Amino acid sequence: MVKQLSWKVGGQQGEGIESTGEIFAIALNRLGYYLYGYRHFSSRIKGGHTNNKIRVSTENIQAISDDLDILVAFDQETIDFNFHELSDCGFVLADTKFNPSIPTDSSVTLLAVPFTDLATDVGALVMKNMVAVGASSALLGLDNSIFKEVITEIFGRKGQNIIDKNMQAIQAGYDFVEGKLKDVSNIKRLDPADGNNRMFMIGNDAIALGAVAAGCKFMAAYPITPASEIMEYLIKKLPQFGGTVIQTEDEIAACTMAIGANYAGVRTITASAGPGLSLMMEAIGLAGITETPVVIVNTQRGGPSTGLPTKQEQSDLMAMIYGTHGEIPKVVIAPSNSEEAFYDTVEAFNISEIYQCPVILLTDLQLSLGKQTVEKLDYNKISINRGKIIDEVTEANLSKGGYFKRYEVTPDGVSPRVFPGTKDGLHHVTGVEHDETGKPSENPTNRDEQMDKRLRKLDGLRITNAVIKDEPYQDADVLLVGFNSTYGVIKEARERLEADGIKVNQAHIRQVHPFPSDEVDTMINSANKVLVIENNATGQLANIIKMNTGQNRKITSVLKYDGNPFIPKEIYNRCKGLL
Amino acid sequence: MATVKDFKNDVKPNWCPGCGDFSVQSAIQRAAANIGLEPEQLAIVSGIGCSGRISGYIRAYGFHGIHGRSLPIAQGVKVANKELTVIAAGGDGDGFAIGIAHTIHAIRRNIDMTYIVMDNQIYGLTKGQTSPRSDLGFVTKSTPKGSVESPLSIMEMALSAGATFVAQGFSSDIKELTEIIQAGINHKGFSLINVFSPCVTYNKINTYEWFRSGLVKTSKIDNYNPTDRNQAMQEIMKHKGLLTGVIYHDQDRKCYRELIPHLDKKSLKELELKISEDEFNGLIKEFM
Repeated sequence: MVKQLSWKVGGQQGEGIESTGEIFAIALNRLGYYLYGYRHFSSRIKGGHTNNKIRVSTENIQAISDDLDILVAFDQETIDFNFHELSDCGFVLADTKFNPSIPTDSSVTLLAVPFTDLATDVGALVMKNMVAVGASSALLGLDNSIFKEVITEIFGRKGQNIIDKNMQAIQAGYDFVEGKLKDVSNIKRLDPADGNNRMFMIGNDAIALGAVAAGCKFMAAYPITPASEIMEYLIKKLPQFGGTVIQTEDEIAACTMAIGANYAGVRTITASAGPGLSLMMEAIGLAGITETPVVIVNTQRGGPSTGLPTKQEQSDLMAMIYGTHGEIPKVVIAPSNSEEAFYDTVEAFNISEIYQCPVILLTDLQLSLGKQTVEKLDYNKISINRGKIIDEVTEANLSKGGYFKRYEVTPDGVSPRVFPGTKDGLHHVTGVEHDETGKPSENPTNRDEQMDKRLRKLDGLRITNAVIKDEPYQDADVLLVGFNSTYGVIKEARERLEADGIKVNQAHIRQVHPFPSDEVDTMINSANKVLVIENNATGQLANIIKMNTGQNRKITSVLKYDGNPFIPKEIYNRCKGLL
Repeated sequence: MATVKDFKNDVKPNWCPGCGDFSVQSAIQRAAANIGLEPEQLAIVSGIGCSGRISGYIRAYGFHGIHGRSLPIAQGVKVANKELTVIAAGGDGDGFAIGIAHTIHAIRRNIDMTYIVMDNQIYGLTKGQTSPRSDLGFVTKSTPKGSVESPLSIMEMALSAGATFVAQGFSSDIKELTEIIQAGINHKGFSLINVFSPCVTYNKINTYEWFRSGLVKTSKIDNYNPTDRNQAMQEIMKHKGLLTGVIYHDQDRKCYRELIPHLDKKSLKELELKISEDEFNGLIKEFM
């Protein structure tokens, strides 16, 4: 019995690879296993190799595994492309139809299963995916009944006949493999799971759900990989709560429309990836100087330009922190998993309204699209805080000319806000430097006052858990640092280094801007060496840390920018080599 | 009830004396008062350029945005709060050069708002460069040998894009302009109003005099029927776009929010933010 193993299904894009993985994973999740998924796909609709890797564990894991235990192959390309990942006692379940072969000198077991024939026998070729699910289930020794409720939910609308056929296909695959297993040794069987109910979702789902929970009623967005799922979810759900989504003509319109709606009093989100964020930069500056709240999601992917649109990268960090010309208050929050992404989205809306500034919710492709187990989200942890909004304007709010002092200089820099439509709240909003009522002004004293007021709004700001601190040692040999989806994979590497007797601390930075300098500085001081691990080519986070803490000598970068996420042994080996 | 005076503020426009934009400012103020709006019910969103300053020159809620993007900002405002009267305003560079995509898509989207373009066929604030509305051969700082790019026929474009209300005005005729703006605001859907608003400093060709001798009022055209799209297109082409008045008006097509009934019932701004625990549980169940 083992605590965890990895399963992967691969074939041609458009063949239902994703749904095979989906059904298999949902069933395992219901049994109480923790799952962590990774999708390998290309920027095309049909054709080209695609695969879906799922790690299954009795413990909460948040990383792709080093190797693979079971590979389900719909074509030889899948075997050729992924074979190197298989562990010595791994299995290949492959469709008999293409005469699968594996290297002869390997200890991997090949089980040819007639996916296509068994599906055709049941009545539909498309159900070869279900045969594969059943075959996998037999290999893991699962109880097939778990698939019944999943199939019923997914295909329920299509009628009992379809449900029955899918179940027959699963059973056929199951029976076939079970019959073969008598001759096979070294089968890995999973420890039983705890049976607890948990959620299973991608980061984009968590953000979209977070937006609904935060009271967001409007989204303006333009489709892009890997952000579109946020829009798709909100298109489905917002009408139920009276809201709506507009698919705009471009990301400039998306961001400016979101700014317009936020100005008018509605919590509004937009979401995109690098290319879209590049287009939004001018609008982000507008939100900054007009002190209009707006939440913008950036799901990082491989850059620059179109770059690697379906691959993992973390190379927008500098652009998110410094992007837009001029200087504005801006907050950049980087969750590390789907659970955080949910709560951080709610917090992002609160911060954007309390501090009246743009908030960028930064993810990366692995977090946005990698499906993972999430502990049941807690309704009681959702709170809504809209900051200084006033419904009734008093004399004190008005200038001599009777205009509302929208940009009143206050000790904390935050000025009261009214929404258009409010009686006696008339004021002007402009991207031109302005006075307290929003009237354009080039007066140097006013300029200083307004710039200082805007920038001091974020003094001392800390989001919930600005830095995840795993700091068991006062005198660590090394501090490992990262941001976004790499928390889990760095943690696994850390545990292996610790098993080697190395004293390791870990810091994961969730508030990347304004940078939590004091916390990070303190952690650097308790370590001999600092390794900053990130998916980009220039060490952006390392540079941000150096700039903010002034600590240079201890810091070394561990970088990966080939489009694939880190796996634990890579980090372990590279860190070990640097110690 | 508010009068024209209530829509005036104490800000002195930084426009040149004689600028056509003064008339547009005045016509908006008059139209708002005539319709019976209160200043707080009016939101004016403007772009960048001389004309873009207009949001600061009318006593109402004003939002002066970024170059070319007044329309998406204004649409966001209207989607958020359908009770507001929303006017977007800017110049021909703003709406027909950098912002042309938004103009076309705002027309298609048909959100209930009004877009007023102060069209002077030149870039004034940057001191005299060609615009997409400049005629062929027009000599400017950026076209010293005369413009070789053909001007955009904005009325034809608007009709092609599916506009439900298209009108043109002229800064010399505030009365007609006021009527057009009123009709545009009252139109349930997107109304595009292009105003010939001469730049007295940099455009020495398309002057008040030039327009006076060239413009034709649709009301003076025999049997002109503004609900006839075909006729509208023909007359625009026949007069090379130099028409004023309501050129086309489709009173039947539903505006954006009428096609999404729940948006027509309650403004997004009035909705309760927090969802109930039952609703929340229903949502999270889908991920279990």
